[in-house]
Amino acid sequence: MKFVDEYRDPELGQKLIKRIHQHSTRPARLMEFCGGHTVSIFKHGIRQLLPDNIEMLSGPGCPVCVTANTDLDKAIALARLPDVIITSFGDMIRVPGSYSSLQQAKAEGCDVRVVYSVQDAVYIARDNSDKSVIFIGIGFETTAPTVAAAILQAEQEKVHNFYILSLHKLCPPIMKAILDMGEVRLDGIICPGHVSAVIGSYPYQFIPDNYNIACVVSGFEPLDILLCVDMLVDQIETEQHKVEIAYRRGVKPEGNQPALRLMKQVFEVSKADWRGIGIVPASGLSLKKEYRQFDAETNFAIDPGPGREASGCLCGSILRGVSTPLDCQLFRNKCTPEQPVGPCMVSSEGSCATYYHYGDIDGG
Amino acid sequence: MEDRILLAHGSGGKLSHDLIEKVFVPVLDNPILNKLDDSAVFELGGQLAFTTDSYVVSPIFFPGGDIGKLAVCGTVNDLSMSGAVPSYLSLSFIIEEGLLIADLEKIVNSAHQAAVEAGVRIVAGDTKVVDRGSADSLFINTSGVGVVPPGLDISGANARPGDIVIVSGTLGDHGIAVLSQREGLKFQVPVPSDCAPLNRMVAEILETSADIHCLRDPTRGGLATALNEFARQSQVGIRLNEVSIPVNRAVQGACELLGFDPLYVANEGKLVAVVSPYDAEKVLTTIRRNQYGHEATIIGEVVNEHPGKVVMKTRFGASRIVDVLVGELLPRIC
Amino acid sequence: MCLAIPALIKSIDGYMAEVDIDGVTRQISLQLTPEAVVGDYVLLHTGYAINTIDEAEARETLKLLKEISEVS
Repeated sequence: MKFVDEYRDPELGQKLIKRIHQHSTRPARLMEFCGGHTVSIFKHGIRQLLPDNIEMLSGPGCPVCVTANTDLDKAIALARLPDVIITSFGDMIRVPGSYSSLQQAKAEGCDVRVVYSVQDAVYIARDNSDKSVIFIGIGFETTAPTVAAAILQAEQEKVHNFYILSLHKLCPPIMKAILDMGEVRLDGIICPGHVSAVIGSYPYQFIPDNYNIACVVSGFEPLDILLCVDMLVDQIETEQHKVEIAYRRGVKPEGNQPALRLMKQVFEVSKADWRGIGIVPASGLSLKKEYRQFDAETNFAIDPGPGREASGCLCGSILRGVSTPLDCQLFRNKCTPEQPVGPCMVSSEGSCATYYHYGDIDGG
Repeated sequence: MEDRILLAHGSGGKLSHDLIEKVFVPVLDNPILNKLDDSAVFELGGQLAFTTDSYVVSPIFFPGGDIGKLAVCGTVNDLSMSGAVPSYLSLSFIIEEGLLIADLEKIVNSAHQAAVEAGVRIVAGDTKVVDRGSADSLFINTSGVGVVPPGLDISGANARPGDIVIVSGTLGDHGIAVLSQREGLKFQVPVPSDCAPLNRMVAEILETSADIHCLRDPTRGGLATALNEFARQSQVGIRLNEVSIPVNRAVQGACELLGFDPLYVANEGKLVAVVSPYDAEKVLTTIRRNQYGHEATIIGEVVNEHPGKVVMKTRFGASRIVDVLVGELLPRIC
Repeated sequence: MCLAIPALIKSIDGYMAEVDIDGVTRQISLQLTPEAVVGDYVLLHTGYAINTIDEAEARETLKLLKEISEVS
């Protein structure tokens, strides 16, 4: 597969690994903020191949995992309304909310459908004019522009029964929040790949400027990640912290301007509730006034009740990079992919699911 | 005759008889079935293997096959995996009111073709019709019986350290063929389902070697699930080589697109065999000679370490666990 | 949240395009990449092209990878 296979070359990979071993002398704690990176790192066993002085941590990069319990409860409450069709990406369906999940609501008779694209939700709305079709909008800046485009399409095609529950969140603000919390001391950040394809690399400049931390935007294939680690090690060894792009074929420093424009046309920045972290100001997206006719929260009266966290679940501190799934008492006994307690075990990009499925023989 | 199935077709009255006489019997035609008694009576000697399965695939027609072909092959294959020679099958239909009779005829024909190829006979059947909306076009249940040749002991519990793991061809073809139909994916070179009867391949393998320890057809849950079952039943470890695992390029592309891992996608015309290392090469050659096994490959071995677990060496030399499939194969999006 | 794969644009009709992903064909939206043309590779994410792939940069990266791994 073009632009994929070349970046999986094992021979080049071995050489790159050797080079990293050779020129990495200092301890380096690196954190990635993208679920796709978490999976790729584990799937290819990259942690095992790096020298011991490099430690890899996972940050809150999985949009499913960081969705607050109370927001999920809202989605479930919406599903239970009459004449509503809920459309969602696959992973959200199984995540446990305070008392239930979308999958359970579906089993109870609610119309809950998995879609591959928000555009499919618009088509479902067009084909079911007697129902209200609500799309559960999760995802960072990679996905938010697609939802903006779908709203504009719905507006143009006069599809009035299409709604969004906007749970979108933004990456640079959460990165700042994690750094400000001071719970983890980082030397380098593996910046998200496709979020950056949209927002570019300039938004991360505050990280080397204010925190003296190395920053490199990474792709997803094993060679991409190894190149990124190599560039981070370079910055760390020479103490020259800056923002660099390793994923040059997919990311330009200025990002994708048309996509950003669409996103800003439809959405405005607002506070957001991050699971395990709490409310972070200016870290989420909500629909602008001109587009509120598409907003599920404005148009549907729901009362999901007070939220409730599962006791013993360590997802919160795992998402902040403070703990790993191996520190959680529930991991692998009460909490498994078949019977997940928290979202990190449900989402295919969650840390716990990743450790469970791809961990090495010792589970690490 | 009407052009669509009505509730009356399942009631046992005239319409039911019409269906049997005009659609089922002329096609499935064999002396036992043609008697149309309440049960099929035949002689079958020796140790018997018996299996049952229900087929609810949607859509019922897909590239490379349909639910009828699938129903026969699936049951033939289940019997074959214990080394049995499949002989007789039953075929039960639960039909949704409104199904086109022409579609039913196509499916019965496919079932018949598959049965002829496998050398089995369909000797008992049933038809029920349910209200529109109560079944997704058509569900089929089959049961099958066959004789296990004496002295044969093939079981998931028989894998031993040192054994070699062989897969008979490319992975994920069936699951992707069906899913692509559902998701509206088009292929430049269509990926047909690999749905096929494997009883002859198994017979050929058993002729080649007396040291076949395990056989399984990796259907739902894919290869990963089948291998995990062997590892657990036998309490051994299984080590795979990522670079050896055969996947058709278009299937790989579709998996990347939909967010699936080919190790977990269903196959309906493949088998995985765990054999003694002394016979591995011969068995591989035998499978490759079979029309359904040209791309057979050795993909790994059985080891003493990490009993109950399947571990894969990635192309980079690191190793990671290959777990069982959990839940439904939901596409990875985010 | 980043599953996006390279796809080759085969034809364009308004803001929809037919793309090829290693032999699989699919209809996707180009609303976020209005300047993309037939023959471009794009990054496909949930049915939308989120960026065009810069082939020159792709070649440069491979070249860089080969160079730095030789220097060890």
